[in-house]
Parts: sequence; structure tokens; C-alpha cells
Amino acid sequence: MDNETIASLVKNNFPEAITGSAIFRNELTLIVKKEYITEVAGFLKGNKELDFDFLSDLCGVDRVETDGVFEVVYHLYSIYKNHRVRLKVAVASNDPRISTVTGVWNTANWHERETYDMYGIKFDGHPDLRKILTPDDFEGHPLRKDYPVDGRQPATLREIYRKDEA
Amino acid sequence: MGLESHLGDNILTTTLNTMVNWARKSSLWPMPFGLACCAIEMMAAVAPRYDLARFGAEVFRFSPRQSDLMIVAGTLTYKMASVARRIYDQMPEPKWVIAMGACAISGGVFNTYSVVQGLDQVIPVDVYLPGCPPRPEALIHAIMEIQKKIEKESVLNKITANTGDKPKI
Repeated sequence: MDNETIASLVKNNFPEAITGSAIFRNELTLIVKKEYITEVAGFLKGNKELDFDFLSDLCGVDRVETDGVFEVVYHLYSIYKNHRVRLKVAVASNDPRISTVTGVWNTANWHERETYDMYGIKFDGHPDLRKILTPDDFEGHPLRKDYPVDGRQPATLREIYRKDEA
Repeated sequence: MGLESHLGDNILTTTLNTMVNWARKSSLWPMPFGLACCAIEMMAAVAPRYDLARFGAEVFRFSPRQSDLMIVAGTLTYKMASVARRIYDQMPEPKWVIAMGACAISGGVFNTYSVVQGLDQVIPVDVYLPGCPPRPEALIHAIMEIQKKIEKESVLNKITANTGDKPKI
């Protein structure tokens, strides 16, 4: 199915949820309202024409400096139909929260944990929202723009591992 | 070893040194600790084209308790640091360490929140091998440097890497 057909099919079913769309380099992007994400995700997977059975990526973007929001980006692919779509959802930066899509695609579980770990975006309804990449005692969310690139915790490990040496 | 504690520092032990050091340097048992692309060069060094067996160090086993040379090849992250230390601690004395590649030496290009800025923050390093990644010839050179270092050591006071610690005999 081509990009225009996908876009109009989703827009017709969710006229309030889709606030914008763009096609760049033959890739379709839909801007989705936060409140509708689970619904739209369920439709994209369940609809026989669309059949987006594979969530190939879910990640975050820090747009706090320019737009005052974090973005959650979903990359979907249909293995049988061989077409793709990208969803972008803005979440407020003061309380970044969004509903989980683990009920639609199981693979979202770890992706959402990663997005939570890196950006601090909380996924409501996630079965096990723990940090996944950073060490257990790590504080903060390292991929946020306000986190220093070289913010190592602690700054050096010498005091931990080589304290007793002369 | 036991015997040397009774001999003391005399002409007998110099001969013993020569013999023991020759044995140690001629059959290094490396413990490969491959963390990134450097590990691929490390594997190439053991393969037939570069043939590390010519230097008696071809027995790569992922078994720290049977090894005496740890080759840390690649980017050491904060999460991996405790593992590296634990593997090192499991190796019996005498033991040596090569920090292979820019990342293991200093963090390399990764001046980031997750990368340890130098393996020597975690374990003592004997030879720093630069390169990104170093070629297999360079690793062979590093092992030859380790061999030179072993030649200068004494069975009476094996100096633990570059710390200056003298373990109890």
C-alpha cells in the first residue's frame, strides 16, 4: 500500500488523533496526539489492509529547547505488506508520560524501558518499567540535552577498584 | 612457588630466575577479554596468518583461573568494569595485563557518560597498546614487550603489574 493511501486511511478513521502528516524521501510520518496512541497503534496492527505487525523501533527525542516537549517516535513495518510508517507523539517536558503500547506489540516492553532510562519518559500501564541500560545506581537520564555528555557516575573508578593499592 | 623463600637472594636464585622467567614468557596463557572491534584483531593475531603460536601465547581460553595474561581489547563501559575486575581477581599470580586499543587505554573517542576513561582505573596495566584498532602485528609486539618485562622479574619478588605491590611469598 502506498504512503498516501495509508495516510488517508488512518486520517479517516482518526480525524481527531492525527494532527499532521509528512512524506519525505518516500517515508510517511504521522503526528499523533498523545491521548490516542494506544488506539491508533491497535488500529495500525489490527487493520487487515495495514497489518503493521512489527514495531521495528521505539525511541525518544529531546526537543525541549526548541519546542518544549519530548517526542516519542514509533517505527512500524508490515512484514506481509512490505510497507512502513513512522508515528511521532509529543509529550510535555514537565511531566513526560504516555500510554504504553506493550499490549499491541510485545517488543515495546524493552524499547519503552530504554526510552524511560534514556529520557525519563514514563509509560503508563507498562508491566515492568525499570531501567535497562544504565547501572542500577545511575541517577538521571543521559540522553537528555541537559545531561552533560561526560557525566560519568562516579567521575573515576580508581577509588572503587584500586583504593588499597600503594 | 615455595622453594625460593628458602633460597634467598643469591647466585642460585639468579639461575632459578632465568629458568622460571624463560618458562613463563615462553608459554603465556592469554585470557581474552574482547569488548569491541579490537577483539577481531586479537582473533586475527591467533589465526594462521599472524600465528601467535610462534611466541608461545596461542592458548586463548575464556578461563581466568588457567591464564596469566589478560588482554582487554575494546571499550570498557561502567557496567562492564566490575566484570573486568572480577575476571582479573580470579587469575592466579603471576599475571600481566595488556590494555589493547585507544578505548582500553583512555576511553578513546568516547568521552561519554558510560565509558571508563582508561582500564587502569580498574586494574593495573602492564602494556598500553595504542591503535584504533591496533593491527595484529602490534598485539604481537605488545606480547613481546610483556615477555621482556617477565625477563626482568625475580621469582623472589614478583612485582604485581605497575603497582609496586609485593605479594607475600
